[in-house]
Amino acid sequence: MTRISRRGLLTTGAAAGVLAASGLPLRAQASRGGRLRVGLNGANSSDSWDSRTHSDLFMIASAQGAVFDSLTEVAADGSLRGELATDWDASADAKTWTFNLRKGVTFHNGKAFGADDVIASLKMHTEEGSKSAAQPIVETIVEMKKTGEHQVQMVLENGNADFPYLMSDYHLLIYPAGQIDEAIQKGIGTGLYRAQSFEPGVRMVATRVDDHYKDGNAGWFDEIEYIAINDNTARMNAMLTGQVDAINRIDLKTEQLLRANPQLRIQEVSCNQHYTFPMLTNVAPFDDVNVRRALKHAVNRQEMVDKILLGHGRVGNDSPIGPANQFFFENMEQTTYDPDKARFYLKEAGHDSLDIDLSASNAAFEGAVDAAQLYQASAKAAGININIIQEPADGYWSNVWLKKPFCISYWSGRATEDWMFSNAYEAGAPWNATQWDRDDSERFQDLLLEARAELDTDRRREMYYEMQQILNDDGGVVIPMFANYVEAISNKVATPGVIGNLWQMDNARMAERWWMN
Amino acid sequence: MIIAQRLALGVLTLIVVSMVIFGAVSMLPGDFAEAILGQGATPQAVAAIRRDLGLDEPAILRYFSWLGDTLRGDLGVSYAQMNFQSNMGGGDNLRTVASQIAPRFANTMFLAGVTACIAVPFAVGLGILAALFRNSAFDKAANVSTLSSISSPEFFLAYILILFLAVLNPVLPSLSNIYEGMTLSERLEKTLLPALTLTLVVTAHMMRMTRAAIINLLASPYIEMARLKGVSPMRVIVRHALPNALAPIINVVALNLAYLITGVVVVEVVFVYPGIGQLFVDSVKNRDIPVVQACCLIFAAAYILLNLTADILSILSNPRLRHPK
Repeated sequence: MTRISRRGLLTTGAAAGVLAASGLPLRAQASRGGRLRVGLNGANSSDSWDSRTHSDLFMIASAQGAVFDSLTEVAADGSLRGELATDWDASADAKTWTFNLRKGVTFHNGKAFGADDVIASLKMHTEEGSKSAAQPIVETIVEMKKTGEHQVQMVLENGNADFPYLMSDYHLLIYPAGQIDEAIQKGIGTGLYRAQSFEPGVRMVATRVDDHYKDGNAGWFDEIEYIAINDNTARMNAMLTGQVDAINRIDLKTEQLLRANPQLRIQEVSCNQHYTFPMLTNVAPFDDVNVRRALKHAVNRQEMVDKILLGHGRVGNDSPIGPANQFFFENMEQTTYDPDKARFYLKEAGHDSLDIDLSASNAAFEGAVDAAQLYQASAKAAGININIIQEPADGYWSNVWLKKPFCISYWSGRATEDWMFSNAYEAGAPWNATQWDRDDSERFQDLLLEARAELDTDRRREMYYEMQQILNDDGGVVIPMFANYVEAISNKVATPGVIGNLWQMDNARMAERWWMN
Repeated sequence: MIIAQRLALGVLTLIVVSMVIFGAVSMLPGDFAEAILGQGATPQAVAAIRRDLGLDEPAILRYFSWLGDTLRGDLGVSYAQMNFQSNMGGGDNLRTVASQIAPRFANTMFLAGVTACIAVPFAVGLGILAALFRNSAFDKAANVSTLSSISSPEFFLAYILILFLAVLNPVLPSLSNIYEGMTLSERLEKTLLPALTLTLVVTAHMMRMTRAAIINLLASPYIEMARLKGVSPMRVIVRHALPNALAPIINVVALNLAYLITGVVVVEVVFVYPGIGQLFVDSVKNRDIPVVQACCLIFAAAYILLNLTADILSILSNPRLRHPK
């Protein structure tokens, strides 16, 4: 994958223009027309157009991917470009950010887009009693100022070089100010597609708007239909019988059936989605770094990739940063399965053998219990006896995750290193799944704060590399594998050369980026 | 009189059912706040949702306020919608549970209706033929095939039908995602595969009951009389035996119709049919008690009403009961 230096674009903010141009050759043959039908999982009867509640693919693809826009957008190649913002500028301490907004944009109900809409939409997330998952992002903004009809200035609590990236979060959609209620009821955004019909948990239909600022760059279909198919087999059947043009997350066990069908192709994307075994680093015996090191060497990572992912993924080091990140430490020395080394660390910790409980449920991911059994078998050779406790999938995230000393979890990954680290590894963060406190990880926590406000790319790279190494060596998490996104697409549908790897289905933007042959 | 008495008992049953369901859902681990927030549940967010929805009140209080509203005919608003509203900070355009369930229930009734139109005549006809040719090869074949289809899990039958009718010979769509604005013929085409699957599931029960009820009567003196006067075997069964065998058959048909309304979640999932079962399962997963309760009331009411109808029809089909001395 080619990478364009993102930092340069970030601070100067000429992103939109440059990238639109660089994206053009790929799309030269794209043409307008046709109807895209996609079968997606992750739909629920309680879905709505309220972006604060979005968490799964169906609504992300429907809202941010089609009907709504955000300020910025992560392009398929991982670079950041403007969506409703044209460019942006930071003060030297990365504390004050000024966004210039696109002119001449209208919402689907005819209202003109401007600075007020941005401010009102962001404020939705910090309202009294708000339950938005993006609240931590918006909370860091201490002041939002309208500096012009099409300009907004935001002052942050602390400098954050990644701030424009955070504005591309799928929760941070722009609604028309003063009409937010109505916009949430009916799905009124500024996106390429106008919502026609939306039945929560069933389907969503949207038609292309006539005149859009992305004309010529994106949005090739006349109409899109997203069909909620949560059942794996039903999704595969719909694809095999040609009733949909694409599906997400194919069933790996029956992948051969799809491969044998000449009408379609499999799209596989290496991404940041990873499966984790977090241990609470403030609970014995995991409070001893040598025990953690022993556990890191007691898992056969390759075996897990082969047997759990059926080869559709790659072996992980114990850091959550992946290929969709800018500062991914790809050449870090690989931690391997080494029972002798594990025994050695166990001795260092003062144990000859160790008995521990591992809480497992397939709520974490398909095959999590099998993965626990593989871990159990491989750790035995190192003198570690893992006792697997099967937990009910119901309530797994409330009763087991963050509570049991050793369990199984997953992360879909984040677009920036800081976002990932501050979500899951920063001392005091609510989702710090390993309870890694400051005493245990001082260097890591210092680097995290330092790197956040650093605007120099090389220095940031150095810091993030070091953090990945620390997490890998001493952290309380074992990350045996990174799982690919595996999708099926009909040959009637064309896709660009570079596919986004931040989220499933080309960053959930297939309605924008794909076209009919 | 009987009807009024039965209806009153039915209402009582519904209340008991609602209590049991409420208790059962309350006993499940986790509540709506935790379920809806999933991995993203921070203690503050959970507390905020509980406060907004009144989930912090004792279960008994919540149950009786729900019961009171329901008795007034108001099924309330789902937690998902209330949560949505409190996020919005106002707004009255809420979708009530009733308006949420109505389209799904209509779809379920449509599927049940189509299935009944196929399955009931088919099963009863097959039962009559099996009784007529009892112990013949035809009878045995009919028994073996219907019994094996009822013994297979529904999803297995569904996949077999998909394999033969959608994948190998693409005559019917495997996706039954019907929606508003479809023409009736489109709807029927999309509904046919799930309806056929359900037909396979319910046929055996009705067919075997028809056959057994008729054969039971064949030893009666009046049947012998009919035979002796030279009436053809087919006529003996249809004119003389069947009317007297109707009561048990109607009862079995009613039970199966109720099953078609309440027990088709698996078929809905396999064919992606937007019926009430899917909504019900989603709601249980989310611990969205108002929706769960409403669905359960509908399910229980379906059983009660269909049973009542069956009893009335049995009475009507029996002259001795119709004209009591």
